[in-house]
Amino acid sequence: MCDTCGCNITPGNREFAYKPVNGTTAVAVLKSLLARNDDQAIHNRQHFDKHRLLAINLMSSPGSGKTALLEATIDALRDEYHIGVIEGDLETENDAERIRAKGVPAHQITTGSACHLDAHMVHDALHQFPLAGLDILFIENVGNLVCPASFDLGQHRNVILLSVTEGDDKPAKYPVMFRAADLVLLTKSDLLPLLDDFSPARAESNLRNLASTVPVMQLAARKALGMQPWLDWLRSELAQQRARVGRGETAHPRIQVGAMRLHEASM
Amino acid sequence: MHELSICQSLIDQVEQIALTHGAKSVELVKLRIGPLSGVEPLLLQHAYPFASAGTLAAGSTLVIELVPLKVSCEACGIETEAEPGWLVCGACGSCHTTLVSGDEMMLMSVELIAAERTNHV
Ligand SMILES: Nc1nc2c(ncn2[C@@H]2O[C@H](COP(=O)(O)OP(=O)(O)O)[C@@H](O)[C@H]2O)c(=O)[nH]1
Ligand SMILES: [Mg+2]
Ligand SMILES: [Zn+2]
Ligand SMILES: [Zn+2]
Ligand SMILES: [Zn+2]
Repeated sequence: MCDTCGCNITPGNREFAYKPVNGTTAVAVLKSLLARNDDQAIHNRQHFDKHRLLAINLMSSPGSGKTALLEATIDALRDEYHIGVIEGDLETENDAERIRAKGVPAHQITTGSACHLDAHMVHDALHQFPLAGLDILFIENVGNLVCPASFDLGQHRNVILLSVTEGDDKPAKYPVMFRAADLVLLTKSDLLPLLDDFSPARAESNLRNLASTVPVMQLAARKALGMQPWLDWLRSELAQQRARVGRGETAHPRIQVGAMRLHEASM
Repeated sequence: MHELSICQSLIDQVEQIALTHGAKSVELVKLRIGPLSGVEPLLLQHAYPFASAGTLAAGSTLVIELVPLKVSCEACGIETEAEPGWLVCGACGSCHTTLVSGDEMMLMSVELIAAERTNHV
């Protein structure tokens, strides 16, 4: 088609088309396009591990109930853990205010028009936010099922919310996001009886088709329904994080987009 | 779109490599992108001239190699092609598979134009 954008290059003619001419040098790189973000994420993870806290990245469409889940979780775990929240979601202006109203420290990242958080934004927030004494740090990502999955923030686990008012085909439509989940929460389950087109079983089978074996839980944060399995998951994850830190180890989410094959390629 | 910010971070990496090698400019940049990377090759291609303008990579060619999506089955051991929303084994139908390729977003190589030899005093 044209010579400038590379769309006419096929595997067969690639070497021919770009045979290095005199004066050019080819340098093999083999690095992720997001190498700078990933380096920063490693540093963020060191911050979290130094404070022995569990960092969780919450991702979903706008309005799936991330902030409501945080409010209910804070209420339920108030006497057990110290919780902190980094808010990146600008869908509702007052998310950080809603968290602070629960008596928990919250930092609002002002992403402007950004559609995702990156590791640098989170790092800036970390240095303005007291991590000392926290047990669990939640990062509420921008409401978006597309790109937040590609940016490692340094979190240990990804939790993805799918509200029952969305389609149960979301995992099939947004495989990059749902593949990255360590836990999937079907939220607003109190509305299930009113909806005839959302099947939790179908949502789960769409997730399994992505070769994901992670747990799927149903809950309704606003009604304090089905919270127990989620709270137990948090307790267990925090215990595992403490044990890891004790052994000098860390953890990252089950899937880091692009990272695995990067390792293979560089071996 | 995040393709512009990814493109900017790509250009940063490329410029750094060009500077390290004392190159005059960049001729060509090769990427490998898989369908499960979350990066849209066309959008990246469109963002590239804007992100590279005014840098050592200005005017360079971006070549994107698309990587096929392949899974390997833990049940039957066979490797098959897959679809982004369907990572099930194509041979036996098991959903216990691991990705062999398809989520890459990798900078493979850069072709640099060497600076003309000048005698610095
Ligand atoms: N019925 C019902 N509504 C909920 C529940 N959780 C959240 N919502 C509502 O969903 C809307 C968006 O919730 P919010 O927590 O702000 O979503 P976010 O954008 O993901 O943070 C609000 O109107 C909430 O009241 C729930 O468990 N049941
Ligand atoms: Mg919110
Ligand atoms: Zn984005
Ligand atoms: Zn730091
Ligand atoms: Zn099989």
